[in-house]
Amino acid sequence: MDTKRSESYALRRRDVVKRLTGANDELLIVAGLGSTAWDITSAGDRDLNFPLWGAMGGAISMGLGLALAQPDRRVLVITGDGETLMGLGSLATVALQSPENLSVCTFDNERYGETGMQFTHTSGQTDLAGVAAACGFPTAVTIRTEEELSAALPTILQAPGPVYHVIKVRAEKLDFVLPPKDGVHLKNRFRQALLGGAAIR
Amino acid sequence: MDWWKQIHAALKHAHVGLVVYVPDAGHASLIEACNSDNSMQTVALTTEEEGIAVLSGAWLGDLRGVLLMQSSGVGNCINMLSLAKTCQFPLPMFVTMRGQWHEFNPWQNPMGQTTDQQLRTASVQTLTATQPEEVGPMAAATLDQAFTAGGMSALLLHQRLMPVKTFGK
Repeated sequence: MDTKRSESYALRRRDVVKRLTGANDELLIVAGLGSTAWDITSAGDRDLNFPLWGAMGGAISMGLGLALAQPDRRVLVITGDGETLMGLGSLATVALQSPENLSVCTFDNERYGETGMQFTHTSGQTDLAGVAAACGFPTAVTIRTEEELSAALPTILQAPGPVYHVIKVRAEKLDFVLPPKDGVHLKNRFRQALLGGAAIR
Repeated sequence: MDWWKQIHAALKHAHVGLVVYVPDAGHASLIEACNSDNSMQTVALTTEEEGIAVLSGAWLGDLRGVLLMQSSGVGNCINMLSLAKTCQFPLPMFVTMRGQWHEFNPWQNPMGQTTDQQLRTASVQTLTATQPEEVGPMAAATLDQAFTAGGMSALLLHQRLMPVKTFGK
């Protein structure tokens, strides 16, 4: 096991997230606890972001529920490798439903970023794209380079889902860019932006 | 009317369009009815905590859902309940109980005998139905507490409502 390898990965998470979230104002985005929640906020806080401050292991399931409720809108889940590992079963649950409008990206730096950069299981042999493929995702790809990211963007953002991408990103400590943490506010602003003012009365 | 038919009727009355569940013998007829109901999407989960996140996401997208599970599944949910509590997502749950009534399997007792306490500790409002005729009104109240008052509510379906499981003995 090369425990240092992710410190030299080419892709940087804050650059990658801008490529994903900046592409389409209509995207419905769920981000997992915790670095990916700061990542989507670094690209610009928006009402149709739902950053999770807890509920570890729940981001993919939450994206599934949103995708089932809004079949005509693209739903993008952006979460980390540790968060994905805590809810691995949700990959099987998504695959069984096969929502065409759901895209899941795991930013995989092979570390638990919020607790001190300890190694996750992906620093060893665990291949999350392999897990997703075995669960039944028709598209399950690992991205390591700028060229691979550019080639995959149309699939991530538009292709019939469910699609799953592991994006290997550099292990690095970055400044916090915090979204609002009031859960009721996050819920209400999302519903108002998506459904209109009557949704929060 | 069978108790599970009363729940199905209450779900339709409350415009529930999503039913998420971990398969369970006690809920089998209700799950089958929901699977056959064109007005409901159903999602089989690998673990109950997924259901809380699925329903929260569905509520963001304006779809009403419920979680069906057995008492042992409640233990899997505890941390994920913080999502519904912190954000005040409606979360109606229907729990078939074990460990209460002619239980054959002692491994069901630890969760079954503490489900009510554990849910209340996690701020979930609970009702327990012990007689079939109680189920319909309690199901309606459980759904109303969640969708109208914006909270977490659970209807515990006492084990005496279910056939006794004897493992062939």
